[in-house]
Amino acid sequence: MKAPQLTEDARVALQERDRAVEKQVAGILASFKGEKGELIPLLQRVQQTFGYLPEPAMKQVADFVHVPASTVFGIGTFYAQFKLVPTGRNIVKVCRGTGCYVRGSPRILTELEKELGIKDGQTTADMEYTIETVACFGSCALAPVMVVNEKVHGRMTPDKVKKSVGKKS
Amino acid sequence: MSFQEIKKQAALQWQEIQRSPRPRVLIGTATCGMASGAEDIMQTLKTDLAKHGIQADIVEVGCIGLCYAEPLIEVVKPGKPSVFYGNLTPELTSEIVRDWLAGDNPRPDLALGTRGEGTLEGIPRLLDLPVLKPQVRVALRNCGNIDPTNIYHYMANGGYEGLTRALNMKPQEVIDELKKSGLRGRGGAGFPTGMKWQFCHDAPGTMKYIVCNADEGDPGAFMDRAVMEGDPHAVLEGMLIGAYAIGASEGYIYIRAEYPLAIKRLLVALRQMEECGLSGDNILGTGFNFHFKIKEGAGAFVCGEETALMASIEGSRGMPRSRPPFPAQSGLWGKPTNINNVETWANVSAILEKGAGWYASYGTEKSKGTKTFSLVGKVVRTGLIEVPMGIKLRDIIYGIGGGILGGKEYKAVQTGGPSGGCLPASVLDSPVDFEALAVAGSIMGSGGMVVMDEATCMVDVARYFLTFTQSESCGKCVMCRYGTKQMLDILQDIVEGKGRPGDIELLQELGDAVKNGSLCALGGTAPNPALTTIRYFRDEYEAHIKEKRCPALACRALITFYIAPEKCQGCGICARACPSEAIKGGKRMVHVIDNAKCIKCGTCLDVCPAKFSAVAIASGVTVKVPAEPVPVGGKA
Repeated sequence: MKAPQLTEDARVALQERDRAVEKQVAGILASFKGEKGELIPLLQRVQQTFGYLPEPAMKQVADFVHVPASTVFGIGTFYAQFKLVPTGRNIVKVCRGTGCYVRGSPRILTELEKELGIKDGQTTADMEYTIETVACFGSCALAPVMVVNEKVHGRMTPDKVKKSVGKKS
Repeated sequence: MSFQEIKKQAALQWQEIQRSPRPRVLIGTATCGMASGAEDIMQTLKTDLAKHGIQADIVEVGCIGLCYAEPLIEVVKPGKPSVFYGNLTPELTSEIVRDWLAGDNPRPDLALGTRGEGTLEGIPRLLDLPVLKPQVRVALRNCGNIDPTNIYHYMANGGYEGLTRALNMKPQEVIDELKKSGLRGRGGAGFPTGMKWQFCHDAPGTMKYIVCNADEGDPGAFMDRAVMEGDPHAVLEGMLIGAYAIGASEGYIYIRAEYPLAIKRLLVALRQMEECGLSGDNILGTGFNFHFKIKEGAGAFVCGEETALMASIEGSRGMPRSRPPFPAQSGLWGKPTNINNVETWANVSAILEKGAGWYASYGTEKSKGTKTFSLVGKVVRTGLIEVPMGIKLRDIIYGIGGGILGGKEYKAVQTGGPSGGCLPASVLDSPVDFEALAVAGSIMGSGGMVVMDEATCMVDVARYFLTFTQSESCGKCVMCRYGTKQMLDILQDIVEGKGRPGDIELLQELGDAVKNGSLCALGGTAPNPALTTIRYFRDEYEAHIKEKRCPALACRALITFYIAPEKCQGCGICARACPSEAIKGGKRMVHVIDNAKCIKCGTCLDVCPAKFSAVAIASGVTVKVPAEPVPVGGKA
């Protein structure tokens, strides 16, 4: 399945968001010293702010800690936490840990993908939802588990998926 | 305030709580509790207590380990044993407040068990329940009993006694105590902790580091999360003791970002330690300095490996390097470094408090003490458990876990996560310790224990784990990077019915090559799930390859759904629920599934009323069913 094209509104909003990036990153950098050991915490703060790692921000960070931009990009792609594309306003994470897997997480993901019309890793056209899968949340005793933004939903069923992200069509 | 005075105050506060004339309700608000609705329960409690005019304290506690029964509360009425209630809903909570807190009926029908002095008729004692009786809690000693955000609670229960004792000993004496206890690293490999400390202690240099590995990455494991959420001080105290023994003045807690609550609890705990003079410079006036730092992981399974973890702290990609030099000689920033995982540290504080002899009295000859496990999967009572080493797998799964969910047949238990193996019924009676699990082809690992039943396909499980390790391989070693990919491709073919003769042997050959050709434990153990399933469940592999049949009826490509004509009553529920309109039927007609349209989602199987149970799965055989709908019972 191809990722859906963004709507015009979503695209404009995104551009505006990007313009504000540089200023905001400067604000983040102000509370760091510029040591290489700070690279990951720095990127985590950037992502916290923007929901992803905008390219200009990565370059800014690289200059700040005196490493090539490629190093920052390498870290951005190495760790699962970092995203290089913007995500939706709501992030729905489906756990695919072992406990969840044997208790039916593949069906939870299928149902979610069907309900939102996107695949794992994609964002809906209105930038409302992003689907992600996570290796394990550590709530295995309540498998299968799904997390909407920060809220953990345990003992999921395909029916409960519909209720928690149900589109009002 | 001196430390003695702080301790006195802590004891007073705890006593006051215990003797309080006010009733108390303890509610589990660790991640599991929250995920099953503890917040709603708390709201109901507040409203209903106010409604009945009851002055009571609500205390948030960590995970007591009975995750299957979450949300869970413990109701303490002065002069009575406390009562645990599980599987609560807001409605049931209201009833408990009305009948037991406002009234005089402890509701034995809802209660799980009692704790403390005295008994209540019709309610068993909690610790006599089969789920708790075989357990011994060391690392989890305070989880669910104390408020994890209150350092006084920890102190009043023996907290920081171990540190005080250690600070009165010479560092070498502390290390000797650890050696005597027989504690082995709880992160997976089981290296003797005392020996590890000795190496770092003996390494030259004045700047040394301590690291707590809290990057619990094994899917299916959450012991460390529960300890940090439920008793953060136990871990931090252990680190202080280790730092003193080794001569370290700085320490890192490397914790996964997926554990926001644990991070929050650690931060609160660190602040309290500082206030009590338990961290920073001149700890407890002894001249011992130690500073903590928290580093959030960014999501990479390989960072559980110690050299990769250190690379990540230093701000690089988390890629392991070859050893030697071992971290004890040259670790973080090139300085001697000692890494232990969360559970190990939580054991250290208990060992120093209660003594090496006490700890070594549990367990087997070579594996001392206790081990936590997260018991999950297809077992009746899922949860967090801690048992003495040497207990039989059977006693864990059938005793504590209550057997297999839905009365199904046991097939395997997976220990050690993606690095471990799947163990069949024939090894259920072997003891759980480092050596016995290795003989059986698995590993202790950090303690994930995932139970699988007859409906779990072992080839698919092997494929699942390879998907995980393949995508988490850091890519440094060729055999790990490409070997796991090849293994995954072969397994994918097999579950899709495209397996070829010779695939099993090829998997074994590749498995050996990946094991031998990888630098770190990720690659060194990645083939384990495939190799153990081949060893114990070869017939399932052969059924997939030779007969194109999945014995567990799980692999989508190898199964077909059908409706048994003699059972179908023509109710039409399945046809209406089918998302791909693959079911034909009509009123009082036997329904038929069109296999060309069927997407094998299993919805029809779920919705077919239990009294009919007409939908079934077949694999490797052709089931005779009518091609078109026919009248039910053969009559018009």
